[in-house]
Amino acid sequence: MSEFFGPNEWFVSRPLAELGIFALGILLLDYWFRRWRPGLTPLLALLGIGFAAIPTRQIQLAVRQAPLQAFDGALRVDNFAVYFWFLFLAAAGVAVLTSYRFLEIEEEPQGEYYALLLFSVIGMFVLAAADELIVAFLGLEVMSLALYVLVGYLRRDRRSNEAALKYLLLGAFSSAILAYGMSLLYGLSGSTRFEEVAAALARQSTAQPLVFLGVAALTVGLLFKLAAAPFHQWAPDAYQGAPTALVGFMSVGVKAAAFALLLRLFQTALPAQRPGWAPMLAGVALATMTLGNFGALLQNNTKRLLAYSSIAHAGYMLLGFVAGNQTGRYGVLVYLLVYTFMELGAFTVLVSLRRRGIVGDRVDDLNGLMHKAPGSAIMMLLFLLSLAGVPPLAGFYGKYFIFLALIQTQHFALAVAAVLYVALSLYYYVRLVAAMFTGTATESAPLSYSAGLRLALGALVALTVLVGVFPEPMLRMAHNALIGW
Amino acid sequence: MQVALFFIFATLAVAGAVNLLVQRAPINAALSLVAVMGALAVLYLLLGAEFIAFVQILVYAGAIMVLFVFVIMLLNAQPDEASHRSRVARIIGVPALVALLVEFAGFLATQFSDSPVRMGEYISSTEDLGMALFHQYLLPFEVTSVLFLVGLIGAVLLAARREDPPAAMPTAVSSSSAKTTPAELVIR
Repeated sequence: MSEFFGPNEWFVSRPLAELGIFALGILLLDYWFRRWRPGLTPLLALLGIGFAAIPTRQIQLAVRQAPLQAFDGALRVDNFAVYFWFLFLAAAGVAVLTSYRFLEIEEEPQGEYYALLLFSVIGMFVLAAADELIVAFLGLEVMSLALYVLVGYLRRDRRSNEAALKYLLLGAFSSAILAYGMSLLYGLSGSTRFEEVAAALARQSTAQPLVFLGVAALTVGLLFKLAAAPFHQWAPDAYQGAPTALVGFMSVGVKAAAFALLLRLFQTALPAQRPGWAPMLAGVALATMTLGNFGALLQNNTKRLLAYSSIAHAGYMLLGFVAGNQTGRYGVLVYLLVYTFMELGAFTVLVSLRRRGIVGDRVDDLNGLMHKAPGSAIMMLLFLLSLAGVPPLAGFYGKYFIFLALIQTQHFALAVAAVLYVALSLYYYVRLVAAMFTGTATESAPLSYSAGLRLALGALVALTVLVGVFPEPMLRMAHNALIGW
Repeated sequence: MQVALFFIFATLAVAGAVNLLVQRAPINAALSLVAVMGALAVLYLLLGAEFIAFVQILVYAGAIMVLFVFVIMLLNAQPDEASHRSRVARIIGVPALVALLVEFAGFLATQFSDSPVRMGEYISSTEDLGMALFHQYLLPFEVTSVLFLVGLIGAVLLAARREDPPAAMPTAVSSSSAKTTPAELVIR
């Protein structure tokens, strides 16, 4: 091996290679065996995720003490990156488990779906470990491009087509803004490496127009991906039109990846710019919570409602970033982890409502769920209460650490506003609960559970409750992720 | 020799560009663009950038021009009709153009009076380019290939005709004519 592809590069790129090989294998085997074994591809996708998890675990053990640099500084794999890698793998695993039956009902091909899912995970992996602007941009594009196609996967569904087109156009727009910001930073510093950008910008003030423009464009591009206000309008449309089985993954994975890049950028590339930007991001966070929570109040479509609620969640997470201390970063990591379980869980219940002839995405479709499927209703209740942040459940800890960070950094007004919005959010979550427990069912078609869906639901509800009761292991994971920061 | 070649091909490029603007028939304009591209490729070659020169011919004069000509043929574009000559263009446009040219000439005269253009450390020779691409930028290169693959799969997937005609599917589609994907619309 030569010096530019040494053992480090090999070691670090193994999870990426595993995912890529399985994605390609899925495409090929799906072409050969589609007729005989239509259920082969989700199994292969799960296998691929499992095989990627093994080298990821080995990398995690290896980087515990010191981060690994690879590809001439393009990737920096540290505890932080590995934490996100596991999060992406878990989210993708749940998405695969819940998708098979859903796609069968939609009568769409299975193969490409899982291949694109794995490709988007590759993009997220690259994004979370990027230590350089070009690689970060490419990771973001791989992730987004795969998701644009996946959002429009239901080709006969007009809303899915519309959602894909909107998502593509706005996504391309935001990518262009992001690339513009990156090009300005490159022009100012003469390097695309985060550390060198930081060194060059350390001498410049935030008020300098080019620095301001560069950081602003970069931040705006990422806020688009996060669906933070005022760049959130695409989210409800995209979530509503996308395959329900995918929305959870989309919401969780893209948010986590964008937050990973945002945290790393402001930690390693733009630390000098941070103080100047915190007030503006505080404004964005406040606007995001406001628009997300008030938007969710008015929805009659469950997917749109959860989309607005996910916008509000992005607002809370941004508050952790605004606080900017170690507790704030820690809070964001914890929040993203618990958000993964509960958001995926809520969408998984919605997936089971999709049956032949019933779309199952109106709030009315939840009516009488308690009588029809008490198990599902109780699980949905747990997920919704966790999303609202009710104490004994996992969602509480995410909010707790964010608010703690705000109080530690004297942002009392923001903390009060955030708590008030949490109270407000209870209203629309309880609306869904009320529909499940008090409404009368309009149809009696049984819910569609597959083995994978049951498995995913069981695991997610167990995590949501267990993490709420015994938060220690999860908190330690998030704590370890920040070692070396 | 170099200077003579430069002037020959520079003149050719400018003449092609002018011809491109003057021609009425789109196909003639497209073909004169080919001439511009080709002449530019020779200019790159004279600067010692052989890789850029060949990429110029392959990508621009080859692939992109074929696409242009293809679209022109497909749309069966007719020669442009002379539009009503705008007075605004003559009153504002011509002086503005003259001012721009004077400014540009002045800039050239003062900035690059007699020092020749200095070439960078890297002349973009194929070897240097390859070394940079596969050493420092190995990972971006590989990730880009994944990106293109995803784009390819996505385009095929969205544009492909379905094997089975969807018969009265009880999906969320309200009308049965909602089978056209955005990509199909682009292709048709």
